[in-house]
Amino acid sequence: MIDDRKKMSCAAFQAQLPELIGSGADAASHPHIQSCELCRALLADLETIAEAARQLLPIVEPPDELWEHIESAIKKESSGAGPDLTEPVPST
Amino acid sequence: MPRSPFPAPTPEGPSSGLDAAAPGSATPVRRIAFAPAASPDPSEADALARAQAGDPHAFAHLYSLHKRRIYSLCLRMVGNIAEAEDLTQEAFLQLHRKISTFRGDSAFSTWLHRLAINVVLMQLRKKGLSLISLDEAMEPVPNEGPGRSFGAPDLALSGTIDRLALERAVADLPAGYRLIFILHDVEGYEHNEIASMLDCSIGNSKSQLHKARLRLRDALRLSSRKEAQP
Repeated sequence: MIDDRKKMSCAAFQAQLPELIGSGADAASHPHIQSCELCRALLADLETIAEAARQLLPIVEPPDELWEHIESAIKKESSGAGPDLTEPVPST
Repeated sequence: MPRSPFPAPTPEGPSSGLDAAAPGSATPVRRIAFAPAASPDPSEADALARAQAGDPHAFAHLYSLHKRRIYSLCLRMVGNIAEAEDLTQEAFLQLHRKISTFRGDSAFSTWLHRLAINVVLMQLRKKGLSLISLDEAMEPVPNEGPGRSFGAPDLALSGTIDRLALERAVADLPAGYRLIFILHDVEGYEHNEIASMLDCSIGNSKSQLHKARLRLRDALRLSSRKEAQP
């Protein structure tokens, strides 16, 4: 039995790719990938980018004076200006 | 919850939260091993309890434990130092106001991280940036949209990516694409969480992440072509 997904065009396969990748499916095992060098290269590149993202943008030290600004703002709020309670709070 | 074969960073351990997660190792099918979360830092737990009781020194200690992580997050999301400083300040002000509401159902670092993201998203919404760019991101731009790969042979990335080139490419992404790429691929949020944060559909989140990666691929290939030129 011939798998119709093998005969899928690159356009059709790539249109499915966001959902295929986003759903956690193993896109590399898709029949189209087995037979299409172009889409195989695309998938490999996307995986490389996603892997590289993990090492992206290292942790950065904020300027020392930032704490002074925060401390000053806290004191100002505590001394009269009421807190803004309209901001969202994440559920714990 | 399905785990994508595309890697997401290990959530930060609640101990210090100051170090970037170590890269995971890919298996032959590129499945990623996730490291276990670190144990809570006793000094953080103590500082948290004291800060919740109003101790300003304890709050300062919490700041020192989490300032780098939160500042870096803000910097990634907005790509601007001055704005990142303002947003970090606002995040810790929010923390000061809301710290008594933290009940400990999740790790404090996770809660604070989410609080900071909410602060950034609120700011982006105030500026009209995210919603506009999210909408824009859904519309294909003629001759400028993310590259497709059918038709002609393409130069594939070599399997390794220059970090600086990637940082530049991410900084050049439209705000909507950058937001989703940072939240998913760098910060490790799942699509359902992103959809909830950004008030969009899960399919929209997946689609935009894909387009962001395609744009990055185009930018990186262009960059490597330029480098290869004599």
